[in-house]
Amino acid sequence: MESKERETEMGLTRGAGSKEGGNGWEPKITAFVCNWCTYAGADLAGTSRLKHSPQIRVIKLPCTGRIDPLFILKAFERGSDGVLVSGCHPGDCHYTSGNYHARRRFATFRKLLEFLGIDLRRVQFSWVSAAEGAKWAKMVNEVTRQVREMGPFEGYRKISDG
Amino acid sequence: MSRELQDKAKELLEKEEVAQVIGYGAGTRRSRARPIFITSPEEASQLIWTPACVNNLAVYLTRKETKVPGRVAITAKGCDARALFVLIQEKQIRREDLNIIGLACRGVLSKKALDQGKGDLDEETLSAKCKVCLVHTPVEFDFLVGEKIDSPEPSSDPYEVIADLESRSPEERWEYWQGELSRCIKCYACRQACPLCYCNRCITEKSIPQWIEKSPHARGNLAWNIIRAFHLTGRCVGCGECERACPMDIPLMLLNQKMAREVKEQFGYVAGMNYQMEPALATFDPKDHEDFIR
Repeated sequence: MESKERETEMGLTRGAGSKEGGNGWEPKITAFVCNWCTYAGADLAGTSRLKHSPQIRVIKLPCTGRIDPLFILKAFERGSDGVLVSGCHPGDCHYTSGNYHARRRFATFRKLLEFLGIDLRRVQFSWVSAAEGAKWAKMVNEVTRQVREMGPFEGYRKISDG
Repeated sequence: MSRELQDKAKELLEKEEVAQVIGYGAGTRRSRARPIFITSPEEASQLIWTPACVNNLAVYLTRKETKVPGRVAITAKGCDARALFVLIQEKQIRREDLNIIGLACRGVLSKKALDQGKGDLDEETLSAKCKVCLVHTPVEFDFLVGEKIDSPEPSSDPYEVIADLESRSPEERWEYWQGELSRCIKCYACRQACPLCYCNRCITEKSIPQWIEKSPHARGNLAWNIIRAFHLTGRCVGCGECERACPMDIPLMLLNQKMAREVKEQFGYVAGMNYQMEPALATFDPKDHEDFIR
Protein backbone atom coordinates (compact mmCIF):
# COMPACT_ATOMS: atom_id res chain seq x y z
CA MET A 1 0.00 0.00 0.00
CA GLU A 2 2.70 2.42 1.00
CA SER A 3 4.60 2.04 -2.26
CA LYS A 4 1.39 2.59 -4.29
CA GLU A 5 0.81 5.88 -2.48
CA ARG A 6 4.38 6.86 -3.16
CA GLU A 7 3.92 6.02 -6.83
CA THR A 8 0.88 8.27 -7.11
CA GLU A 9 2.71 11.01 -5.31
CA MET A 10 5.59 10.73 -7.73
CA GLY A 11 3.20 11.01 -10.66
CA LEU A 12 3.78 7.47 -11.82
CA THR A 13 0.14 6.42 -11.94
CA ARG A 14 -0.66 5.36 -15.47
CA GLY A 15 -3.10 7.36 -17.52
CA ALA A 16 -4.17 9.56 -14.66
CA GLY A 17 -5.16 13.17 -15.12
CA SER A 18 -4.71 13.36 -18.87
CA LYS A 19 -7.21 15.67 -20.54
CA GLU A 20 -7.58 14.65 -24.14
CA GLY A 21 -5.26 11.69 -23.98
CA GLY A 22 -7.89 9.10 -23.48
CA ASN A 23 -7.37 5.77 -21.78
CA GLY A 24 -3.82 4.84 -21.02
CA TRP A 25 -2.22 7.81 -22.77
CA GLU A 26 1.17 8.61 -21.36
CA PRO A 27 3.22 11.69 -22.22
CA LYS A 28 6.45 11.31 -24.15
CA ILE A 29 9.20 13.47 -22.74
CA THR A 30 12.49 13.91 -24.56
CA ALA A 31 15.43 15.06 -22.47
CA PHE A 32 18.51 16.64 -23.99
CA VAL A 33 21.23 16.41 -21.39
CA CYS A 34 24.92 17.04 -21.12
CA ASN A 35 27.26 14.08 -20.75
CA TRP A 36 29.34 15.32 -17.85
CA CYS A 37 26.74 16.48 -15.38
CA THR A 38 23.14 15.61 -15.97
CA TYR A 39 23.74 12.29 -17.73
CA ALA A 40 26.00 11.28 -14.86
CA GLY A 41 23.37 12.49 -12.42
CA ALA A 42 20.76 10.40 -14.18
CA ASP A 43 23.12 7.46 -13.96
CA LEU A 44 23.48 8.05 -10.24
CA ALA A 45 19.70 8.06 -9.91
CA GLY A 46 19.75 4.68 -11.58
CA THR A 47 22.46 3.13 -9.45
CA SER A 48 20.78 4.55 -6.35
CA ARG A 49 17.59 2.77 -7.44
CA LEU A 50 15.60 6.01 -7.32
CA LYS A 51 12.24 5.67 -9.04
CA HIS A 52 11.07 8.15 -11.63
CA SER A 53 8.59 8.28 -14.50
CA PRO A 54 9.55 5.96 -17.32
CA GLN A 55 8.11 8.30 -19.95
CA ILE A 56 11.43 10.01 -20.46
CA ARG A 57 13.84 9.39 -23.33
CA VAL A 58 17.31 10.72 -22.68
CA ILE A 59 19.52 12.01 -25.47
CA LYS A 60 23.10 12.57 -24.45
CA LEU A 61 25.16 15.44 -25.82
CA PRO A 62 28.64 16.48 -24.83
CA CYS A 63 27.38 19.82 -23.51
CA THR A 64 24.23 21.93 -23.34
CA GLY A 65 26.11 24.32 -25.59
CA ARG A 66 25.73 21.72 -28.33
CA ILE A 67 21.95 21.71 -28.06
CA ASP A 68 20.53 23.39 -31.15
CA PRO A 69 17.02 24.80 -30.70
CA LEU A 70 16.16 22.71 -33.76
CA PHE A 71 16.46 19.61 -31.58
CA ILE A 72 13.56 20.86 -29.49
CA LEU A 73 11.45 21.48 -32.57
CA LYS A 74 12.32 18.08 -33.99
CA ALA A 75 11.36 16.40 -30.72
CA PHE A 76 7.90 17.96 -30.94
CA GLU A 77 7.59 17.11 -34.63
CA ARG A 78 8.41 13.48 -33.92
CA GLY A 79 5.79 13.09 -31.20
CA SER A 80 7.20 14.44 -27.94
CA ASP A 81 4.72 16.12 -25.67
CA GLY A 82 7.39 17.77 -23.57
CA VAL A 83 11.10 18.52 -23.66
CA LEU A 84 13.58 18.82 -20.83
CA VAL A 85 16.99 20.42 -21.33
CA SER A 86 19.47 19.91 -18.54
CA GLY A 87 23.16 20.52 -17.98
CA CYS A 88 25.96 21.56 -15.67
CA HIS A 89 25.57 24.37 -13.18
CA PRO A 90 27.12 27.71 -14.24
CA GLY A 91 30.82 27.61 -13.57
CA ASP A 92 30.98 23.82 -13.72
CA CYS A 93 30.83 23.26 -17.48
CA HIS A 94 33.32 20.65 -18.64
CA TYR A 95 34.05 22.90 -21.60
CA THR A 96 34.19 26.00 -19.43
CA SER A 97 31.52 28.13 -21.04
CA GLY A 98 29.19 25.92 -23.10
CA ASN A 99 26.39 26.22 -20.59
CA TYR A 100 26.72 30.01 -20.48
CA HIS A 101 26.10 30.17 -24.22
CA ALA A 102 23.23 27.71 -23.86
CA ARG A 103 21.73 29.84 -21.10
CA ARG A 104 21.54 32.91 -23.31
CA ARG A 105 20.36 30.90 -26.28
CA PHE A 106 17.50 29.28 -24.42
CA ALA A 107 16.59 32.42 -22.49
CA THR A 108 15.66 33.93 -25.85
CA PHE A 109 14.48 30.83 -27.72
CA ARG A 110 11.85 29.96 -25.16
CA LYS A 111 10.35 33.44 -25.52
CA LEU A 112 10.05 32.84 -29.26
CA LEU A 113 8.27 29.53 -28.66
CA GLU A 114 5.98 31.19 -26.16
CA PHE A 115 5.15 33.95 -28.62
CA LEU A 116 4.18 31.35 -31.24
CA GLY A 117 1.73 29.74 -28.85
CA ILE A 118 3.67 26.89 -27.29
CA ASP A 119 2.92 26.50 -23.60
CA LEU A 120 6.26 26.83 -21.85
CA ARG A 121 5.42 24.07 -19.41
CA ARG A 122 6.25 21.79 -22.34
CA VAL A 123 9.84 23.07 -22.55
CA GLN A 124 11.71 23.07 -19.27
CA PHE A 125 15.29 23.64 -18.23
CA SER A 126 17.39 22.58 -15.28
CA TRP A 127 20.91 22.40 -13.94
CA VAL A 128 21.53 18.91 -12.60
CA SER A 129 25.03 18.01 -11.50
CA ALA A 130 26.62 14.56 -11.50
CA ALA A 131 25.96 14.30 -7.77
CA GLU A 132 22.29 15.23 -7.97
CA GLY A 133 20.65 11.92 -8.71
CA ALA A 134 17.70 12.81 -6.51
CA LYS A 135 17.20 16.14 -8.28
CA TRP A 136 17.15 14.34 -11.63
CA ALA A 137 14.43 11.97 -10.48
CA LYS A 138 12.47 14.90 -9.08
CA MET A 139 12.82 16.91 -12.31
CA VAL A 140 11.67 14.01 -14.45
CA ASN A 141 8.65 13.37 -12.27
CA GLU A 142 7.76 17.06 -12.14
CA VAL A 143 7.98 17.61 -15.89
CA THR A 144 6.08 14.39 -16.62
CA ARG A 145 3.36 15.37 -14.17
CA GLN A 146 2.91 18.80 -15.69
CA VAL A 147 2.86 17.51 -19.26
CA ARG A 148 0.45 14.74 -18.34
CA GLU A 149 -1.92 17.38 -16.95
CA MET A 150 -1.72 19.34 -20.17
CA GLY A 151 -2.44 16.39 -22.39
CA PRO A 152 -0.87 15.45 -25.72
CA PHE A 153 0.64 18.24 -27.79
CA GLU A 154 -2.33 18.39 -30.17
CA GLY A 155 -1.05 21.42 -32.00
CA TYR A 156 2.04 19.61 -33.21
CA ARG A 157 0.12 16.37 -33.82
CA LYS A 158 -2.08 18.18 -36.31
CA ILE A 159 0.72 19.79 -38.27
CA SER A 160 2.96 16.74 -38.22
CA ASP A 161 0.57 14.46 -40.06
CA GLY A 162 1.30 13.87 -43.70
CA MET B 1 19.70 66.07 -52.47
CA SER B 2 20.11 63.69 -55.40
CA ARG B 3 22.59 66.19 -56.83
CA GLU B 4 24.71 66.19 -53.69
CA LEU B 5 24.76 62.39 -53.80
CA GLN B 6 25.66 62.21 -57.50
CA ASP B 7 28.52 64.67 -57.09
CA LYS B 8 29.97 62.71 -54.19
CA ALA B 9 29.75 59.39 -56.05
CA LYS B 10 31.34 60.92 -59.15
CA GLU B 11 34.18 62.28 -57.04
CA LEU B 12 34.81 58.93 -55.34
CA LEU B 13 34.95 57.13 -58.67
CA GLU B 14 37.06 59.76 -60.41
CA LYS B 15 39.62 59.71 -57.63
CA GLU B 16 39.47 55.89 -57.67
CA GLU B 17 38.82 55.85 -53.94
CA VAL B 18 36.24 53.16 -54.64
CA ALA B 19 35.81 50.66 -57.45
CA GLN B 20 32.01 50.57 -57.22
CA VAL B 21 29.16 52.63 -55.89
CA ILE B 22 26.02 50.79 -54.81
CA GLY B 23 22.99 53.07 -54.71
CA TYR B 24 19.50 53.61 -56.02
CA GLY B 25 18.45 54.47 -59.54
CA ALA B 26 15.13 55.09 -61.24
CA GLY B 27 12.83 52.08 -61.17
CA THR B 28 10.71 50.45 -63.79
CA ARG B 29 7.71 52.60 -62.96
CA ARG B 30 7.35 56.26 -62.13
CA SER B 31 8.08 56.86 -58.44
CA ARG B 32 9.84 53.52 -58.00
CA ALA B 33 13.53 53.06 -57.34
CA ARG B 34 15.82 50.09 -57.67
CA PRO B 35 19.38 49.17 -56.71
CA ILE B 36 22.10 50.11 -59.19
CA PHE B 37 25.80 49.30 -59.26
CA ILE B 38 27.99 51.87 -60.96
CA THR B 39 31.66 51.62 -61.70
CA SER B 40 32.38 54.73 -63.81
CA PRO B 41 32.03 58.45 -62.96
CA GLU B 42 29.69 59.00 -65.94
CA GLU B 43 27.10 56.67 -64.43
CA ALA B 44 26.93 58.69 -61.21
CA SER B 45 24.14 60.85 -62.65
CA GLN B 46 21.85 57.81 -62.43
CA LEU B 47 21.85 57.90 -58.65
CA ILE B 48 18.72 59.12 -56.90
CA TRP B 49 17.53 59.53 -53.31
CA THR B 50 13.75 59.57 -52.92
CA PRO B 51 11.15 58.09 -50.53
CA ALA B 52 10.92 55.16 -52.96
CA CYS B 53 14.47 54.05 -52.09
CA VAL B 54 13.31 51.23 -49.85
CA ASN B 55 15.82 48.44 -50.51
CA ASN B 56 18.45 47.61 -47.94
CA LEU B 57 21.53 47.72 -50.15
CA ALA B 58 23.71 46.05 -47.51
CA VAL B 59 22.41 42.74 -48.80
CA TYR B 60 24.60 43.07 -51.90
CA LEU B 61 27.85 43.19 -49.94
CA THR B 62 27.77 39.48 -49.22
CA ARG B 63 26.56 38.30 -52.61
CA LYS B 64 29.39 37.13 -54.82
CA GLU B 65 27.44 38.17 -57.93
CA THR B 66 27.80 41.85 -57.04
CA LYS B 67 31.29 41.80 -55.57
CA VAL B 68 34.06 43.65 -57.35
CA PRO B 69 37.70 43.81 -56.30
CA GLY B 70 38.45 46.96 -54.33
CA ARG B 71 36.64 49.32 -52.01
CA VAL B 72 32.92 49.91 -52.28
CA ALA B 73 30.85 53.01 -51.58
CA ILE B 74 27.29 52.30 -50.51
CA THR B 75 24.39 54.64 -49.87
CA ALA B 76 22.77 53.81 -46.57
CA LYS B 77 19.73 54.99 -44.65
CA GLY B 78 19.89 54.63 -40.89
CA CYS B 79 18.41 51.14 -40.96
CA ASP B 80 20.68 50.04 -43.81
CA ALA B 81 23.73 51.34 -41.94
CA ARG B 82 22.80 49.24 -38.91
CA ALA B 83 22.92 46.18 -41.16
CA LEU B 84 26.35 47.28 -42.38
CA PHE B 85 27.56 47.46 -38.80
CA VAL B 86 26.34 43.96 -37.99
CA LEU B 87 28.17 42.68 -41.10
CA ILE B 88 31.33 44.42 -39.90
CA GLN B 89 30.85 43.02 -36.42
CA GLU B 90 30.50 39.52 -37.87
CA LYS B 91 33.65 39.97 -39.97
CA GLN B 92 31.83 39.69 -43.30
CA ILE B 93 33.18 43.04 -44.49
CA ARG B 94 35.80 45.41 -43.17
CA ARG B 95 35.03 48.96 -42.19
CA GLU B 96 38.05 50.20 -44.14
CA ASP B 97 36.77 48.56 -47.32
CA LEU B 98 33.58 50.58 -47.15
CA ASN B 99 32.79 54.17 -47.89
CA ILE B 100 29.45 54.78 -46.23
CA ILE B 101 27.42 57.49 -47.95
CA GLY B 102 24.88 58.19 -45.23
CA LEU B 103 21.39 59.31 -46.17
CA ALA B 104 19.57 61.58 -43.72
CA CYS B 105 16.13 60.02 -43.97
CA ARG B 106 12.62 61.18 -43.09
CA GLY B 107 11.17 57.84 -44.04
CA VAL B 108 10.29 55.71 -47.03
CA LEU B 109 7.09 54.62 -48.69
CA SER B 110 5.24 51.54 -47.51
CA LYS B 111 4.80 48.44 -49.67
CA LYS B 112 1.14 49.29 -50.10
CA ALA B 113 1.86 52.87 -51.18
CA LEU B 114 4.43 51.73 -53.72
CA ASP B 115 2.05 49.13 -55.15
CA GLN B 116 -0.56 51.85 -55.52
CA GLY B 117 1.93 53.99 -57.45
CA LYS B 118 2.03 56.71 -54.82
CA GLY B 119 5.15 58.82 -54.67
CA ASP B 120 4.55 61.37 -51.92
CA LEU B 121 5.46 60.73 -48.33
CA ASP B 122 2.77 61.44 -45.75
CA GLU B 123 1.30 59.93 -42.61
CA GLU B 124 -0.65 57.40 -44.65
CA THR B 125 2.02 56.33 -47.11
CA LEU B 126 4.87 56.20 -44.57
CA SER B 127 6.23 52.71 -43.93
CA ALA B 128 5.34 51.33 -40.50
CA LYS B 129 8.98 50.80 -39.59
CA CYS B 130 9.71 54.51 -40.10
CA LYS B 131 7.13 55.50 -37.51
CA VAL B 132 9.24 53.91 -34.79
CA CYS B 133 12.68 54.60 -36.25
CA LEU B 134 15.43 55.87 -33.98
CA VAL B 135 18.14 56.31 -36.64
CA HIS B 136 16.90 58.99 -39.02
CA THR B 137 20.60 59.79 -39.37
CA PRO B 138 22.92 56.79 -39.69
CA VAL B 139 24.96 56.15 -36.57
CA GLU B 140 28.21 56.38 -38.53
CA PHE B 141 29.06 57.48 -42.07
CA ASP B 142 31.89 58.82 -44.20
CA PHE B 143 29.72 61.42 -45.91
CA LEU B 144 26.17 62.56 -45.20
CA VAL B 145 23.67 63.46 -47.89
CA GLY B 146 21.31 66.04 -46.42
CA GLU B 147 21.25 67.69 -43.02
CA LYS B 148 21.49 65.61 -39.86
CA ILE B 149 18.02 64.72 -38.56
CA ASP B 150 17.30 63.94 -34.92
CA SER B 151 14.86 61.07 -34.58
CA PRO B 152 11.57 62.25 -33.07
CA GLU B 153 9.77 60.30 -30.39
CA PRO B 154 8.06 57.34 -32.09
CA SER B 155 4.55 58.33 -33.11
CA SER B 156 3.19 54.93 -32.13
CA ASP B 157 4.10 52.23 -29.66
CA PRO B 158 6.51 49.99 -31.55
CA TYR B 159 5.35 46.96 -29.59
CA GLU B 160 1.61 47.55 -29.58
CA VAL B 161 0.63 44.52 -31.67
CA ILE B 162 3.23 42.36 -29.96
CA ALA B 163 1.93 43.31 -26.52
CA ASP B 164 -1.58 42.49 -27.65
CA LEU B 165 -0.51 39.02 -28.80
CA GLU B 166 1.41 38.48 -25.58
CA SER B 167 -1.70 39.20 -23.54
CA ARG B 168 -3.62 36.39 -25.23
CA SER B 169 -3.59 32.72 -24.26
CA PRO B 170 -1.09 30.28 -25.79
CA GLU B 171 -3.92 28.62 -27.72
CA GLU B 172 -4.97 31.94 -29.26
CA ARG B 173 -1.40 32.74 -30.21
CA TRP B 174 -0.98 29.29 -31.74
CA GLU B 175 -4.13 29.78 -33.83
CA TYR B 176 -2.98 33.22 -34.91
CA TRP B 177 0.43 32.10 -36.08
CA GLN B 178 -0.81 28.88 -37.67
CA GLY B 179 -3.15 31.10 -39.65
CA GLU B 180 -0.47 33.55 -40.71
CA LEU B 181 2.12 30.88 -41.48
CA SER B 182 -0.34 28.76 -43.45
CA ARG B 183 0.19 31.25 -46.25
CA CYS B 184 3.94 30.65 -46.35
CA ILE B 185 4.92 29.18 -49.72
CA LYS B 186 8.59 28.64 -48.82
CA CYS B 187 9.76 31.00 -51.51
CA TYR B 188 12.55 32.21 -49.18
CA ALA B 189 12.17 35.78 -50.43
CA CYS B 190 12.54 36.80 -46.78
CA ARG B 191 15.90 35.11 -46.63
CA GLN B 192 17.08 36.51 -49.95
CA ALA B 193 16.11 40.08 -49.05
CA CYS B 194 17.72 39.96 -45.63
CA PRO B 195 21.24 41.42 -45.47
CA LEU B 196 22.05 39.17 -42.54
CA CYS B 197 20.98 35.90 -44.10
CA TYR B 198 24.28 35.31 -45.82
CA CYS B 199 25.06 31.69 -44.99
CA ASN B 200 26.52 29.92 -47.98
CA ARG B 201 24.40 26.94 -47.16
CA CYS B 202 21.25 27.72 -45.27
CA ILE B 203 20.09 25.18 -42.69
CA THR B 204 16.98 24.67 -44.73
CA GLU B 205 19.00 23.36 -47.64
CA LYS B 206 20.50 20.53 -45.65
CA SER B 207 18.71 17.32 -46.56
CA ILE B 208 20.87 14.68 -44.93
CA PRO B 209 19.48 14.92 -42.30
CA GLN B 210 16.59 17.20 -43.07
CA TRP B 211 15.88 19.58 -40.22
CA ILE B 212 13.35 21.75 -41.97
CA GLU B 213 11.24 20.38 -44.75
CA LYS B 214 11.22 22.44 -47.88
CA SER B 215 7.64 22.08 -49.07
CA PRO B 216 4.88 24.51 -48.01
CA HIS B 217 3.51 22.38 -45.22
CA ALA B 218 2.41 23.54 -41.78
CA ARG B 219 5.17 21.66 -39.98
CA GLY B 220 8.00 23.00 -42.15
CA ASN B 221 6.49 26.49 -42.32
CA LEU B 222 6.55 26.70 -38.55
CA ALA B 223 10.07 25.31 -38.30
CA TRP B 224 11.40 27.64 -41.02
CA ASN B 225 9.95 30.79 -39.55
CA ILE B 226 10.97 29.88 -36.01
CA ILE B 227 14.53 29.12 -37.04
CA ARG B 228 14.92 32.19 -39.23
CA ALA B 229 13.63 34.39 -36.43
CA PHE B 230 15.98 32.65 -34.02
CA HIS B 231 19.05 32.82 -36.26
CA LEU B 232 18.40 36.56 -36.50
CA THR B 233 17.94 37.02 -32.75
CA GLY B 234 20.35 39.70 -31.57
CA ARG B 235 21.27 40.38 -35.22
CA CYS B 236 18.14 41.69 -36.93
CA VAL B 237 18.21 45.45 -37.33
CA GLY B 238 14.53 45.88 -38.14
CA CYS B 239 14.92 47.08 -41.71
CA GLY B 240 11.67 45.33 -42.61
CA GLU B 241 12.87 44.03 -45.97
CA CYS B 242 11.73 40.50 -45.17
CA GLU B 243 8.18 41.64 -44.62
CA ARG B 244 8.29 43.84 -47.70
CA ALA B 245 9.59 40.97 -49.82
CA CYS B 246 7.05 38.43 -48.57
CA PRO B 247 4.51 37.82 -51.34
CA MET B 248 1.99 36.44 -48.85
CA ASP B 249 1.96 39.40 -46.44
CA ILE B 250 3.08 37.44 -43.42
CA PRO B 251 3.82 39.83 -40.51
CA LEU B 252 7.44 38.73 -40.14
CA MET B 253 8.42 41.95 -38.40
CA LEU B 254 6.31 40.90 -35.39
CA LEU B 255 8.62 37.95 -34.82
CA ASN B 256 11.80 39.93 -35.38
CA GLN B 257 10.76 42.90 -33.26
CA LYS B 258 9.63 40.60 -30.46
CA MET B 259 13.04 38.94 -30.40
CA ALA B 260 14.86 42.29 -30.65
CA ARG B 261 12.93 43.47 -27.62
CA GLU B 262 13.76 40.28 -25.72
CA VAL B 263 17.47 40.71 -26.39
CA LYS B 264 17.30 44.35 -25.33
CA GLU B 265 15.40 43.60 -22.13
CA GLN B 266 17.39 40.52 -21.18
CA PHE B 267 20.89 41.58 -22.19
CA GLY B 268 20.70 45.32 -22.80
CA TYR B 269 21.85 44.87 -26.40
CA VAL B 270 20.58 46.44 -29.64
CA ALA B 271 21.97 45.13 -32.95
CA GLY B 272 23.86 47.35 -35.34
CA MET B 273 24.44 50.39 -33.15
CA ASN B 274 28.05 49.75 -32.19
CA TYR B 275 30.20 47.34 -34.14
CA GLN B 276 32.90 47.31 -31.46
CA MET B 277 30.60 45.25 -29.26
CA GLU B 278 30.23 41.48 -29.30
CA PRO B 279 26.93 40.20 -30.71
CA ALA B 280 24.59 39.33 -27.84
CA LEU B 281 24.23 35.62 -28.59
CA ALA B 282 27.91 35.17 -29.44
CA THR B 283 28.94 36.04 -25.93
CA PHE B 284 27.72 35.71 -22.36
CA ASP B 285 27.95 37.16 -18.90
CA PRO B 286 28.49 34.77 -16.01
CA LYS B 287 25.82 36.79 -14.22
CA ASP B 288 23.15 36.32 -16.92
CA HIS B 289 19.72 35.69 -15.47
CA GLU B 290 18.49 32.12 -15.13
CA ASP B 291 15.07 32.49 -13.57
CA PHE B 292 13.68 29.98 -16.06
CA ILE B 293 16.13 27.24 -15.08
CA ARG B 294 15.35 25.00 -12.15
